[in-house]
Amino acid sequence: MPSPTRVIHKRIYEVAPRDLERAGTVSTAVRRELLALGMTPDIVRRASIICFEGEMNMVLYSKGGRIILLVRDDRVELLFSDRGPGIADIDLASQPGYSTAPDWARELGFGAGFGINNMEQNSDLFKIRSRVGEGTVVRATILLGVPFL
Amino acid sequence: MELRQVIAAIGLTALVGADLAREVRDGYCSDLLSDVLAHAKAGDLWITHQRHLNVIAVAKLRDVAGIVFPRRLRPSPDVVARAQAEGVNLLLAEGTAFEVAGKLYRVLHP
Repeated sequence: MPSPTRVIHKRIYEVAPRDLERAGTVSTAVRRELLALGMTPDIVRRASIICFEGEMNMVLYSKGGRIILLVRDDRVELLFSDRGPGIADIDLASQPGYSTAPDWARELGFGAGFGINNMEQNSDLFKIRSRVGEGTVVRATILLGVPFL
Repeated sequence: MELRQVIAAIGLTALVGADLAREVRDGYCSDLLSDVLAHAKAGDLWITHQRHLNVIAVAKLRDVAGIVFPRRLRPSPDVVARAQAEGVNLLLAEGTAFEVAGKLYRVLHP
């Protein structure tokens, strides 16, 4: 295992369930933070998309939770953890087009079933762990380049 | 092409003109937010029927040149206020999304 790299920046954001009015505020804040840290537009864009999709999933489906932004020397990490209900079949939930979204959410343009796929596509490392009845934890990592260069 | 030129060329109305000098590179037409996040590009003019607060976040995150609401659809005052605060251009069109996209395509790809 490589030794963990230095943490440059850490922020914790609370996400309330079903609060569509405020949904998107965490990803907007994360975008602003990363721009302020001087990240490249590509990194900012990828992190923002990952964060928005994760935030929306938490708002739409979970009982609430939090998002942690962790900027290290060599990577940007976004950690999402919620209080349930958990995902029974992660492979199925990750399939593009698969969705359990209710009609009201679909009418607003959410729940098309591309959220997890979008998160994965924009990550270099991506891991979901979930336990039904307990909650879901997602770690999305963007590598900032080869650290020894 | 600059947004103000596009506005003049295809007959849009600026509801929020946060940055009319913004370069419009292309267009994207979709009502699915994840689809826009995945496939729209920076500098695209985004044509959509969705008019809730989250479109402002999506527009900002994807760095589109602006949002066009077709068929005289008008977003609510809180959406307009958010767009002003975030500096997102909002535009209104008379025609349908198909008509707006057609006109925009002709202007951008003569």
